Amino acid sequence: MPLPVYTGPFGPAQAERLLWRAGFGPRPGEERSLAARGLDGAVASLLQSGSDRLVGKPPKVNGRRLYPLDKFGHDHLWWLDRMVRTTRPLQERMTLVWHDWFATSNETVGSQRLMIRQNNLFRRAGLGPFSELAQLVTENPAMLLYLNGLESEKGAPNENYARELMELFTLGHGSGYTERDVREQARALTGFTATYKNGYGWVKFRFDRNRHDDAMKVVFDKPGPYGWKQSVQLTIEHPAHRTFFTRKLWGYFIPEPADDDTQAGLEELYVGSGHSTKQVLSAILKHPRLYEGPRMVKPPAVYLAGMLRALGDRISTEDWVWLSVQAGQLLFYPPNVSGWNDDRWLDTSTFHARWDMAERVLRKHTFNPDHTRRGTVPSDPHKLVDQAASFWGARLTDATRQALVTYAKTAMAAAVADDDRQRKFPPMTLNALRHLVAASPEMQTS
Amino acid sequence: MTTKCCNEFSRSTLLRRAVAEAGNGLPAIEPGMPAPAGTGLDRRQFLSKTLGAALTVYGASALGPRMFDEGIARAAATGGKHNVIVSIFAPGGWDALSLLYPIGDPRYHKLRTSLALKPGDGPVFGSDKRLHWHPSLQPLARLHARGRLTVFPAIGYSHPDQSHFTSRHFWEVGALDPQAGTGWLGRLLDVIGDGENAMQGLSLDGALMPSLATAKVPVATLSSPADYGFDSHNVWDVPGELLNQGIGSLGSLANDPDPVLAQASRTIKQSDELRRQLGRFVGKDGRVHINPKAKYPESDFGNRLSGLAALLDANFPIRAAALTGPGSYDTHADQQGPLQDGAKQLADGLVAFQTDLERRGIAGRVLTLVWSEFGRRAQQNDSNGTDHGAAGVAFLMGTKVRQHMVGEFPGLSKGLDGDGNLRATSDFRSVYASLSEQWFGVDAARIIPDAAKMPRLRLVG
Repeated sequence: MPLPVYTGPFGPAQAERLLWRAGFGPRPGEERSLAARGLDGAVASLLQSGSDRLVGKPPKVNGRRLYPLDKFGHDHLWWLDRMVRTTRPLQERMTLVWHDWFATSNETVGSQRLMIRQNNLFRRAGLGPFSELAQLVTENPAMLLYLNGLESEKGAPNENYARELMELFTLGHGSGYTERDVREQARALTGFTATYKNGYGWVKFRFDRNRHDDAMKVVFDKPGPYGWKQSVQLTIEHPAHRTFFTRKLWGYFIPEPADDDTQAGLEELYVGSGHSTKQVLSAILKHPRLYEGPRMVKPPAVYLAGMLRALGDRISTEDWVWLSVQAGQLLFYPPNVSGWNDDRWLDTSTFHARWDMAERVLRKHTFNPDHTRRGTVPSDPHKLVDQAASFWGARLTDATRQALVTYAKTAMAAAVADDDRQRKFPPMTLNALRHLVAASPEMQTS
Repeated sequence: MTTKCCNEFSRSTLLRRAVAEAGNGLPAIEPGMPAPAGTGLDRRQFLSKTLGAALTVYGASALGPRMFDEGIARAAATGGKHNVIVSIFAPGGWDALSLLYPIGDPRYHKLRTSLALKPGDGPVFGSDKRLHWHPSLQPLARLHARGRLTVFPAIGYSHPDQSHFTSRHFWEVGALDPQAGTGWLGRLLDVIGDGENAMQGLSLDGALMPSLATAKVPVATLSSPADYGFDSHNVWDVPGELLNQGIGSLGSLANDPDPVLAQASRTIKQSDELRRQLGRFVGKDGRVHINPKAKYPESDFGNRLSGLAALLDANFPIRAAALTGPGSYDTHADQQGPLQDGAKQLADGLVAFQTDLERRGIAGRVLTLVWSEFGRRAQQNDSNGTDHGAAGVAFLMGTKVRQHMVGEFPGLSKGLDGDGNLRATSDFRSVYASLSEQWFGVDAARIIPDAAKMPRLRLVG
């Protein structure tokens, strides 16, 4: 089943959408250089994986570097910095996808060191075959702590991981597994252990044969003396998995279900390629619906990282931690094992938080109206709106543009025949317009 | 914001559009998960750190600010003294066998080798001497003795599902239907509610509690009524005064053909309306005035309940409210501490709420239902915890409750199913059906799909 590929024009507008969906938005001009590669070249360049080179100024908070392994909130800042400065945006974006897919919260794990270790696993193995990733996640220390893997041993299996492995990670609820399968899989997954070092935490994570239940199990009606790797492999080979995987991955990039032919094609590609995440991802990123379908709301971390990227700003404040909490996405703290609810990023509460985020980003870029020379900022309303939009590299709809021009006209009309206002209102109005552009529906979505 | 509201035609058009919007009540689903995708086991913890106010209105997006105001004001003027139900969700699936521990059951110590509580730890449960209250629930034991609390010691449903998300979904929608798109309280509000009063269904949370998802009438979310202003750095004077108008004008894409762009635009418009709304409840000192008549725990839960009591006392037109209770009960390991803390915060908050309502003289029209998505396995695991089970415990609180206990404790021998989980002796759908009829006077068949199969319980009167 050949998969449909987008054949329309691939200019800066399309490249910009691709950079937002598959990354954290363009740096100034980046959408033009990506567009010049054409669709195939653009997607191929994004799909390159490997060690990342961070560009731009490293974080500096209160005059010091970050302490991501120890200081509360610095894990969030550490990752945000990577999103801002990465030269492999898709690899970084997929790290965020896997953090949501295999959601693990430091609320339970209680170790920034182990959370960042898991994060680096997603970064390193996230574009490899899903079957391998699922294995690596299963034995990952943060996951073992999060879903009680260490407390699951022969004679006393803990069902937590076995259930979520099937319900949330590989098959989906009600997709051809039973409560008995949960219990049998829990037995197959027994055997992990670690050592608790006082004053430091868990170390020496390992598989201990003596804790593993090596007797026969029956999983999906097939008997076998399954171990943990087979337990994971059984779910990957389960007929429901290909559908679950392709639908879920699609949903991170395109906000409407795939048509039946596309769905069938993606499943065929996934199985035929040996569970290659990269190949399925490539097909999704070239699909016409990504370019012709509806926009998507940017997750809060993407919205924030994107603003900083656009302005070339470094991470310079801890305020991003509490502002991200308010906006609904503190990294390393997803609300539960099913991850964030991606359909509900924007409401009156989180919009307010996004307004405050934009205010914090803009603070150091604003003109001080008392100390701005006359003529530095234009007073023509249309020019002011143009400057505000190009400040962000934003593409505005006519309706929003008109609304902003009305704002600028009304503000500037109040300055007529008042010398002090003639001087101060243009910079104030430009400050406000930049903020309004950042808050606009166009900038909340891509 | 230029919504014209004074001509009956445009008014009804707007209302019809609002009704259509409200049909989107529940979020779209993730593959393999039932709708709604669950608002999260402990999402509240994250929102509890949230400082900004949040009143999210669902289903009234096309109502202009004046209509929004008028709808609430008229509902308050004509019917602020209706019966009210408050639904409190205890997230994670709590261990019923610790909250009411069966010390008198011969198998208790065998099943709970390290977790068993002692006879003297908690007070005897008056309706069944085999059971004792968890020490953290002492305040509830006193309410029970005063006839203010009905206990359901083994509540659930047939063929229990052990997924948090699915089982919670069943309770929220009032049916064993993974595809149901409206909550049971939402359907109730669709029958008894008002097309213009968004306050009738109030979600005291950062997001809409799924039980309140309606098909027709609007409902609202309020996380904490604090400052909700929009400021901008180095913008003042006329450009500053015009800023709110500028934000409102970003709502001009509300009818854009791109559904996501339109939705984002509507959210911005609602935010602007909300900013105007909240002004009504804020004093000249810039603070919200609550004046509780009881001592609440200092927590989000306490603040939300005390706020709710104050709003009800002010005849705010609320018919159903829903919130997430304190604690997180998915206690697979080392469960004693978290269970004890969560249960204590819950019990202290509930008693304060009941006392506050009684002192304000409005307790006769408020019932509070407290529930969790399931109970936990009778046999503890070897991690000092318990895995997902079936029947759990629920409470119905109020001065008008009629029973001390509904459904019996089935015991730990014959009372366990093939999976070793407690069998249900009452069904949540029976409770919902009975409350629909006895508390709201609505034929349960209109609210609960399986109402015909569900025995009615004499819960109030």
